Amino acid sequence: MSLEIKNLHARIAGNGTEILRGLTLTIEKGKVHAIMGPNGSGKSTLSKVLGGHPDYEITDGDVLLDGASILGMEPDERSRAGLFLAFQYPMEIPGVSNANFIRAALQARMPEGEELEATDYYAQLYEKMDMLEMDRKFTARSVNEGFSGGEKKRNEILQMLMLKPKYAILDETDSGLDIDALRVVSKGVNSQRGAERGFLVITHYQRLLDYIVPDEVSVLVGGRIAMSGSKALALELEAKGYDWIKEDAAEPACA
Amino acid sequence: MSTEILETPASPATQFDIDRTAGNFSYPEQHEFDAGTGLSHATIDYISNVKGEPDWIREFRHKALDVFLSKPMPTHWASHDLDNIIFNKIRYYLANAQKPTRSWDEVPDDVKRTFERLGIPEQERRFLAGVEAQFDSEAVYSNIKAAVADQGVIFCGSTEGLIKHPEIFKKWFGKVIPTGDNKFSALNSAVFSGGSFIYVPPGVKVKHPLQAYFRINAENFGQFERTLIIADEGSEVMYMEGCTAPKFETTTLHSAVVELVAMKGAKLQYVTVQNWSANVFNLVTKRAIAHEEAEVKWIDCNIGSRLTMKYPGVVLKGRKARGEVISIALAGDGQHQDTGAKMIHAADETTSNIVSKSISIGKGRATYRGLVHIPKHLKGCKNNTECDALLINAGSRTDTYPAITVRGTGNACQHEASVSRISAEQIFYMRQRGLSEAQAMSLSVNGFVNDLVRQFPMEYSVELKRLIDLEMEGSVG
Ligand SMILES: Nc1ncnc2c1ncn2[C@@H]1O[C@H](COP(=O)(O)OP(=O)(O)OP(=O)(O)O)[C@@H](O)[C@H]1O
Ligand SMILES: [Mg+2]
Repeated sequence: MSLEIKNLHARIAGNGTEILRGLTLTIEKGKVHAIMGPNGSGKSTLSKVLGGHPDYEITDGDVLLDGASILGMEPDERSRAGLFLAFQYPMEIPGVSNANFIRAALQARMPEGEELEATDYYAQLYEKMDMLEMDRKFTARSVNEGFSGGEKKRNEILQMLMLKPKYAILDETDSGLDIDALRVVSKGVNSQRGAERGFLVITHYQRLLDYIVPDEVSVLVGGRIAMSGSKALALELEAKGYDWIKEDAAEPACA
Repeated sequence: MSTEILETPASPATQFDIDRTAGNFSYPEQHEFDAGTGLSHATIDYISNVKGEPDWIREFRHKALDVFLSKPMPTHWASHDLDNIIFNKIRYYLANAQKPTRSWDEVPDDVKRTFERLGIPEQERRFLAGVEAQFDSEAVYSNIKAAVADQGVIFCGSTEGLIKHPEIFKKWFGKVIPTGDNKFSALNSAVFSGGSFIYVPPGVKVKHPLQAYFRINAENFGQFERTLIIADEGSEVMYMEGCTAPKFETTTLHSAVVELVAMKGAKLQYVTVQNWSANVFNLVTKRAIAHEEAEVKWIDCNIGSRLTMKYPGVVLKGRKARGEVISIALAGDGQHQDTGAKMIHAADETTSNIVSKSISIGKGRATYRGLVHIPKHLKGCKNNTECDALLINAGSRTDTYPAITVRGTGNACQHEASVSRISAEQIFYMRQRGLSEAQAMSLSVNGFVNDLVRQFPMEYSVELKRLIDLEMEGSVG
């Protein structure tokens, strides 16, 4: 069981600039796959393309979730199929309370005619918030509105804990977090690691990977995977930067 | 009589209309009384004859028609879309009978079925003190619970009101909103039919709401109901109105006049939830007079229509009178909601409150027009105006035209306005959590209006939420 990205080519809809240029990557259930790479290399684009963002057009390749292509699915169908995206820049939703939003998301997963049980829901929500050391006042506040950078990231993880996806893509969840928050958020993520879930963790800092230890590390350069390796690769990148890979990646890709 | 239902098919031109499962159906027409197409003095004589009206009202109508014909369309400030109303292609009076029944059993089957589909008889059983159901030009059903009638409360149609209770009716009719107030109040004054007449005697507090439901069934039709409500000293009453029409390709005109009078210390609430289809021009004049220490509250929810123009107002005539307008307007793609409020302070220590929330979707357009007038010689007057707009998806438009004239130093006025947007990026965020596009929009809209809806009677807040959900489903196609 895996989320399989096969030779994915994607460009900006309307303008034609190709951003993902033959990207192949597998996120296995039970594993954590980390992605690193220079600014602008296409990491966030990859996550949005997986989520079905309307700004991008797929020109080639496929994405299979447990064997079935998701490319024809609407963004909300992909979500309900088990794909979760923790955004690099989470959106603010004015007027919609956090608790109502998460509740609506859970309700959308229930069969027609069935209602989410309110007491169970709040019990779960409070339990996850306690784990993430989030104050209860965040239930009544509008989704992400006026949240600090770190609070927004914590809120992404709260939603992930509540929705229990099959595959979670965390886009720079560590940036903006202070040291304590990093520890807390990592604890939340680690609590969900297990055979029934796969993670793609996008980060610039090897430090996160001390907390969320990856099974595999890949480097994204210029819209494709330039190199893959074990956790040691992250340490090497930290020491040497990306230049040496960029030079390699500049070579025509062997076909 | 055939009872077959005609579902009007959607065409590409109306693809953004709501799938109005509740309101989009019509029955074949068979009208015994039909004033024909077009408007002239002969139309007015036809209506007056059929209704068997006294001469004073016939004269009132003829004069009003002259005023209507002499007034220009207000397109110097309002939408030019008004020019697309072809008055000579509209039918001004359609009815089967002049007298409403007091029992649903006596209402013709197809008409009864219409109101059953809209849930009216059931609501009446559950929580209403009285119901009037108007079908095209006339009420087909009108009933008030005996306990309420026994207290001396009068609740009937406008024709019955003017014939049976002239001493009350004549005193106030056309006094709050004179014929010449605007072109459409003149039109209504010329051809009005239906609507409610309510009188609540001094000190009587009507516990449950009185409700009227206005249903347009015929194509190319104009509905011109006329409502007059008088809450005598120290009395309390809440009136609710609901409106629907099926989706036709041709223009339908709804142009009502509603006059409210709250005598000393009376409390009057008027709640509207309108759910018009996208072919309806909805041009309504609503105004109240609040005497000393009286309170008038308009709650006005406008959903649908091609163009709505409506600015409920309160003339604060007595000391310490209080006026309030709470409005929600939802402009779907291609629709224009031009709404607002008027507060005319005419006595010391009067207070007014306006809260307006508008939502525009896609190319939908919402306009707020407010007028607050506090003359210089008054003391201790207060107005609060809050005006919030929500724009969903690029292209929607909102305009605010507040006109506030507050003179004198002893008066205070507060005005706040805000515009928020729900972008494609925010919708994507919500969809990524598993909500469909319509659910995402509904959630945002409901969140936006939530603090207002909480003040509504329960049944109406549920209804409003359901209508918002339907509108959102319709707007994503
Ligand atoms: N919708 C868009 N319109 C225009 N350019 C875009 C769009 N989306 C992505 N790009 C461009 O594609 C490239 C990849 O962007 P992306 O956000 O995926 O980078 P990233 O790897 O996540 O970078 P960072 O590490 O800074 O977050 C950038 O040059 C970006 O400007
Ligand atoms: Mg990025």
